[in-house]
Amino acid sequence: MQSLLRNTVPALIAGIAGVVMIVAFFVPVAKPLQQLAEVWFTILAAMAFLIGGTNLFLHHAKKIAQQQAGWGFSAVTLVAFLGTTIVGLLKWGVPPAEKYPNVAWSGSYQEEGSALWWLYEYVMNPVIATMFALLAFYVASAAYRAFRAKNTEAMLLLGTAFIVLLGRTYAGTVMTSWVPDEYSALTFPGMTGVIMAIFTTAGQRAIMIGIALGIAAISLRIILGLDRSYLGADD
Amino acid sequence: MAKIGFVTARSASDGVGIGIRKSSRSVACAPGCVIALVLLFVAPSLLHAADRAPAADLPWFDWSKSWFALILLLVCGAVIVCTEMAKRGWSTYVRPIAGLAAIDDAVGRATEMGRPILYVPGIMDLDQIETVAGLTVLAHVARKAAEYDAVIEVPTSRSLVMTAAREALQGAYLAAGRPESFNEDRVYYVTDDQFGYVAYTCGWMAREKPAACFYLGKFFAESLLFAETGNSIGAIQLAGTAEAAQLPFFVAACDYTLIGEELFAASAYLSGEPQQLGTLKGQDFGKLLAGGLLIFGCLLATLAAVSPKNSLPARALSYYTNVVLDKGE
Repeated sequence: MQSLLRNTVPALIAGIAGVVMIVAFFVPVAKPLQQLAEVWFTILAAMAFLIGGTNLFLHHAKKIAQQQAGWGFSAVTLVAFLGTTIVGLLKWGVPPAEKYPNVAWSGSYQEEGSALWWLYEYVMNPVIATMFALLAFYVASAAYRAFRAKNTEAMLLLGTAFIVLLGRTYAGTVMTSWVPDEYSALTFPGMTGVIMAIFTTAGQRAIMIGIALGIAAISLRIILGLDRSYLGADD
Repeated sequence: MAKIGFVTARSASDGVGIGIRKSSRSVACAPGCVIALVLLFVAPSLLHAADRAPAADLPWFDWSKSWFALILLLVCGAVIVCTEMAKRGWSTYVRPIAGLAAIDDAVGRATEMGRPILYVPGIMDLDQIETVAGLTVLAHVARKAAEYDAVIEVPTSRSLVMTAAREALQGAYLAAGRPESFNEDRVYYVTDDQFGYVAYTCGWMAREKPAACFYLGKFFAESLLFAETGNSIGAIQLAGTAEAAQLPFFVAACDYTLIGEELFAASAYLSGEPQQLGTLKGQDFGKLLAGGLLIFGCLLATLAAVSPKNSLPARALSYYTNVVLDKGE
């Protein structure tokens, strides 16, 4: 019975949901069933979100209670989590909506000037931007390793990258501006266009065809119940 | 089969945590419970769907998608036929995939060094097939980690993925015969925010210095942040995604990369089951079909280019590109 509930029923639900989604794509009458499956996913995701929030709290609270390594980070996380939740739920600093000026809490919690808006605008956004900005340095270090001319393939990669980088900048246009129009394919922007439109596109399409077929195969394995390892039911 | 019950237990590997143990208490649930659940949830849902049923004059089949349906039938049919043939002992040789062969080495290295393994199943939810593919590989990696008694850490960006990852890990530890080593505290939710998740995971990597890092799922701009942080701490790294734009970053910074379809083939490859490997053979038929369609399209386009306007080749090319290949849209 336990095996039925843990393995068979989830695999059956996955299989039925998969078949419904495929059938609804081709059969307009079955569209409501597709929408139903999507609604069920949303309901489950919402329930799981509560589990996630609880897990976040317990995970970090336990770290603090046991004073595990890095418990200070957990303290900051919990303060931020609880602070944002309380500020958002209580609609701190949110003015009443124009339609209901006498009703407290009638405004949107995202209203400009509210505490939650302030936190998002002046704490969250700068932190996200900082993390994203780190990408520039990581691109540089990864490019340095990838473009080291240690063999023929790496030299070809370096040469191609050099052309594309120049072709995408104003410097590349200026450097080959003397080339006559009838030979525009030999300018940096022209060569970049050829590389991106022919070589890169050909490679990417080959990968995309493989991905599409791979998705079809793994979807069939899941729908037919051949692969249940994602349910923890490999054996 | 061993019955599972959740208890708070001191984990063998690391501190206090929620573990699992063999329990003598069975789940007191009769088939009647299942029927009751079906009546409680499925029946109202179907009634709701019936209420929203479209007008009766709608066609029973969208004929504008008939070519797509035919191609889908051919590919899926080939996959099913190959699966059946594999069951009957047909050869299912699959070329070695270096990245998957390296899983044992990576887990072994982590065990020898006494450091944890990091597994990132992407940043998207379970409605993305890459996430599901990542979880199927997680089950195999976790089983290997359980056999070697290595610690595996799975921070997730979605709470639904967390619950699914816990199930996969629990099953893997049970299959490896070490259910007592499973610690569900090692699988936890961090945040839905993309860069918040990156900040936490990269911080954890810098502090704990995992010996092996796995990134298998759907990734966007954070791919390089993960891979470069892992590179800086000297971890052996295996990545896989179907996001074509992120593949160059993983190739540049990771030791092994599963490119596109290899991620989806990974679970079948690692299972070694003929039935699952048979689906990969069916996939090859799809590649042949795609190659044939490409060559036919090239020939048709060449013919149309040298023919006058509105000639038969030109009209055939228009039909081929707009109707056959474009889902009738």
